Amino acid sequence: MHSLITADGEALVAGSASGVASLAWLLVALPLLGAAVLLLGGRRTDKVGPALATGLSWASFAFGVLVLVQLLGEGAEERGHHLVLWSWVPAGTFDLDLGLLVDPLSMAFVMLITFVGSLIHVYSLGYMEHDPDKRRFFAYLNLFVAAMLLLVLADSYLLLFVGWEGVGLASYLLIGFWNHNPAYATAANKAFFVNRVGDLGLSFAIMLMFVTFGAVDYASVDEGAAGASQGVLTAIGLLLLVGACGKSAQFPLQSWLGDAMAGPTPVSALIHAATMVTAGVYLVVRSHVIFDAAPDAALAVALVGAVTLLFGAVVGCAKDDIKKALAASTMSQIGYMMLAAGLGPVGYAFAIFHLLTHGFFKAGMFLGAGSVMHGMNDQTDMRRFGGLSGLMKLTWATFGLGYLAIIGVPPFSGFWSKDEIIHAAFVGEGWQPWVLGGAALVGAGVTAFYMSRLFFMTFQGDKRWTDDVHPHESPRIMTYPMVVLAVGSAFLGLALGPTHALEHWLEPVVGEHPEESAVLPTPVLITMTLVLIAAGVALAWMRYWRDDVAEVAPRASVATRAARQDLYQDAVNEGLFMRPGVHLTRSLVYADARGVDGAAGGLAALVGGFSSRLRRLQTGYARSYALTMLTGIVAVLGALWVIQ
Amino acid sequence: MTSLPLLTLMMVVPLVGAVVVAALPAGSVVRTARPVALGASLLTLVLAVLAWVGFDTGSGAMFQLTETYSWIPQLGVSYALGVDGIALALILMATVLTPVSLLAAWNDVEDEEPGRLKRYFALMLVLEAFMVGVFAATDVFLFYVFFEAMLIPVYFLIGLYGGPLRQYAAVKFLLFSLAGGLIMLVAVIAVYFAGPGGSDGFLVENLVGNLDGSTGALRWMFVGFFVAFAVKAPMWPVHTWLPDAATESRPATAVLLVGVLDKVGTYGMIRFCLSLFPEATQWATPVVLTLAVISVVYGALLAIGQTDMMRLIAFTSISHFGFIVLGIFALTSVGGAGSTLYMVNHGFSTAGLFLIAGFLVARHGSKRIPDYGGWQRVTPVLAGTFLVAGLSSLALPGLSSFVSEFLVLQGTFMVNKTAAVIAGLGIVLAALYILLMYKRVMTGPAPSFPEGEGPPDLSLREKWVVAPIILSFVVLGFFPKPVLDLINPAVDRTLQIVGVSDPAPTANASGSAP
Repeated sequence: MHSLITADGEALVAGSASGVASLAWLLVALPLLGAAVLLLGGRRTDKVGPALATGLSWASFAFGVLVLVQLLGEGAEERGHHLVLWSWVPAGTFDLDLGLLVDPLSMAFVMLITFVGSLIHVYSLGYMEHDPDKRRFFAYLNLFVAAMLLLVLADSYLLLFVGWEGVGLASYLLIGFWNHNPAYATAANKAFFVNRVGDLGLSFAIMLMFVTFGAVDYASVDEGAAGASQGVLTAIGLLLLVGACGKSAQFPLQSWLGDAMAGPTPVSALIHAATMVTAGVYLVVRSHVIFDAAPDAALAVALVGAVTLLFGAVVGCAKDDIKKALAASTMSQIGYMMLAAGLGPVGYAFAIFHLLTHGFFKAGMFLGAGSVMHGMNDQTDMRRFGGLSGLMKLTWATFGLGYLAIIGVPPFSGFWSKDEIIHAAFVGEGWQPWVLGGAALVGAGVTAFYMSRLFFMTFQGDKRWTDDVHPHESPRIMTYPMVVLAVGSAFLGLALGPTHALEHWLEPVVGEHPEESAVLPTPVLITMTLVLIAAGVALAWMRYWRDDVAEVAPRASVATRAARQDLYQDAVNEGLFMRPGVHLTRSLVYADARGVDGAAGGLAALVGGFSSRLRRLQTGYARSYALTMLTGIVAVLGALWVIQ
Repeated sequence: MTSLPLLTLMMVVPLVGAVVVAALPAGSVVRTARPVALGASLLTLVLAVLAWVGFDTGSGAMFQLTETYSWIPQLGVSYALGVDGIALALILMATVLTPVSLLAAWNDVEDEEPGRLKRYFALMLVLEAFMVGVFAATDVFLFYVFFEAMLIPVYFLIGLYGGPLRQYAAVKFLLFSLAGGLIMLVAVIAVYFAGPGGSDGFLVENLVGNLDGSTGALRWMFVGFFVAFAVKAPMWPVHTWLPDAATESRPATAVLLVGVLDKVGTYGMIRFCLSLFPEATQWATPVVLTLAVISVVYGALLAIGQTDMMRLIAFTSISHFGFIVLGIFALTSVGGAGSTLYMVNHGFSTAGLFLIAGFLVARHGSKRIPDYGGWQRVTPVLAGTFLVAGLSSLALPGLSSFVSEFLVLQGTFMVNKTAAVIAGLGIVLAALYILLMYKRVMTGPAPSFPEGEGPPDLSLREKWVVAPIILSFVVLGFFPKPVLDLINPAVDRTLQIVGVSDPAPTANASGSAP
């Protein structure tokens, strides 16, 4: 039984699943089946594989819609369905069932994952058409969708962790999909390593939960939280945050995301923009009971979000690679979500809201970037783009809608979700609203600048193409998904924002949304935001549309150079961890051969001398062994005789 | 309960198989030696499954399927066999891995040398028989006999069939093992005199809870057993024989050595150190946990630095054995169950790594990692299975080793957070050693081979070797219950003997704030 606590303290109970919800395991099983068939089927499935994978992803979406319809037909208090599938880990006092939880929060993610995921499957049919390994690509995509669905549908932290590292595996496989390029293989490894560091935090959080509550399923943890000490809850919260930082590329574990752009662009859209990287936000919101009871941990979440949203925005201003600029933007936007999630009940719904709108507009823009690359011989340097608006009208238009959405121009989606976060960040007392709100506000202006820079450098201004490119619009199988996502970028915010539909939908999970007023009046905040956005766009217009853009990046200020280098994050990691680590490993290998083995070294010398003498005496292993055994037996009998 | 002496039969069948294989006339060796050996090992597997079916997890008895005969009553020695859930789980693992290894070893020896060929397979069967015996022995002296007897086939398997430095490796293995064994022998004898004595004075059942002696004497006996098991396991700092032995032996031998035989060390810790010396166990726990944590981190760091694939895999095992010992000496039901499950899972994941790396080496003739690169483009199926085995080794959730590694750390975390946190480093380092190896061997530009002479991908036989291993990863990853059901009662009983129970959850159960 899963209990949900509303803000007024009334416990809502997730009953055993009924109706189609009792078959919710199909959501995970369908794409998993696709992955299995494609991977085990081998070349026989080369032809049907991609279509099959795409079909199964859509099937999962369709089934998700059925479940959603059932939930919509139920009262708010009955929208929790708990499925126990089988006894998973019965080990001593640790006893955990494998079960799924269908509730408004998990269903919001199921819809996002399966819908955007399926669209990207379709897009990939075009994008990957000529890749000799496309069967493997679609297998990994299906594997990803299955793991991501498991992550959000799990009813316990341990099962969540299976999905959590499962998506990490899919991400590793897809970043390194073209791993015949050594740099891409390194990028894949880097993503996995950095995530493992974060995952270690998450696993210790789970262990601390078990020590504290005697269980690791959401229901027991939520129920027990009231009885745990503040210190322990804070520790759990901070450990969860470490996990979230790794997966969601938040400071200081963000360094892998830029390199992850080595993966094929549909992967960047699905995994490294719309879904997987937002898992950290899901984790925080899912654990809201813990963060509600541990304000220090919640504040840490908000601060990490604030730092990252600025960090990503600054880096985004300096990148000339279209995908890396978008990656920096993703990092920054997830910073917004984390900030919101760290604000507590006033922010949970907006964190998810922004997550959903971002899923649409960022996925759309990544697909757009892929479309541009498709027409530009796979180039990614924006300094060699420019003036593409006329030749790739559909890409330009859909990308444009995503662009307007992300910078927060009303009435597009990003305006509704981001504005709410800025507003919520200004709620509170003392220094917090000014720092957090200030960061969110400044971030909005910087976002407008770097996204305008990106958009103008790519689609407007002069043509700066290399001689061999002939830009052209992409085939329909690629542009249609972009159109659908653009429609979402335009209207999703309008549908969910002013209506407060999402806040009400999530209420049974995260509690009632409190109406609190910010330290500044709402109209002032909105005006300030819009002025900053306008300023950002104007500045970008002057520098990257009106003026000529250099075809080679000019030598720039210290700050810009730092931003181009991701603010020296890699250098820091290398100096702090990698080089000492390499050194340590080398010396240990040396010491193990000389030292430890040598300490058994007297013995080792003995081995040589003794055995060679034996060999000289006896020749042949059988006899040398027999002699040794004989010595042993004599010793045994001697000992026996002495003792008796 | 079945009335067949299943455990004895599980030794007789492979021994008879070995004799038959060894006695084959030279003319028919090439054709029949391998199928006969495989058949014998499969029959043993069937017997093991029968034993599993006949095993009653709800039984209160310490051992089941028991067979007891007086052997040397003057010395208190009996021929006594029996299993609890822990022993049975390990026997099942051993009897699955033996046919898998035989199949993997199919072409290790050239057809032109029928004598060498038949002895190779016969030795592996002999080893299987002794492995069953060592796990099934419920008489301390009988255990010792099997413990030492196992060395003989392994010694020959390494020394006669291994790589260029096989002689050095074999003798090193032998001397380390014998040194440990002799120390244990002294403790074995001492245990007899501390126990009730008599014509069946070496029976474990008679000894548990019945040892008389000063605290100091019992602690010395504990140390005697522990040192032997630590060498076998192997733990830092007595691990140095393993990398040599693993890299110089054939992959199939390495599997039986590291995957099964070394488990005798950790199994022995549960069966003898914990059960016979509860007080000494608690006394030694801080030191053992420290050594275990060092093994975890040290093995992992050393693995990262290796350039020889087989040595690398051997060092990962040192790290993993550190985890197993950690879970055992955490003295919690969670850690104990985790460690035992870990022993089973590690057998399979090490088998995967050694055997698939062996397939690779068989194609390219080098164990050196820098000699490879880009092989995923050449042998995609081989690369894929190698990655899966690697992911199992780094305990990816969803694969079997995750469950056991998590349980070990969880069980340790319950009583000693520091040890668990430091050992947690091993998880991150595992990602490094596995994925760096995978990157160096499998990714990058494809190597160029003359047209039509590129190495083939996995053959059907090789796929049959890999299939059961990977199947075990997935099945035990999502449904470890059948094995855990076997293990739990035995672990609980052991901890009862030690006199510890798991700490209760710290949160106030009533739900009100403290």
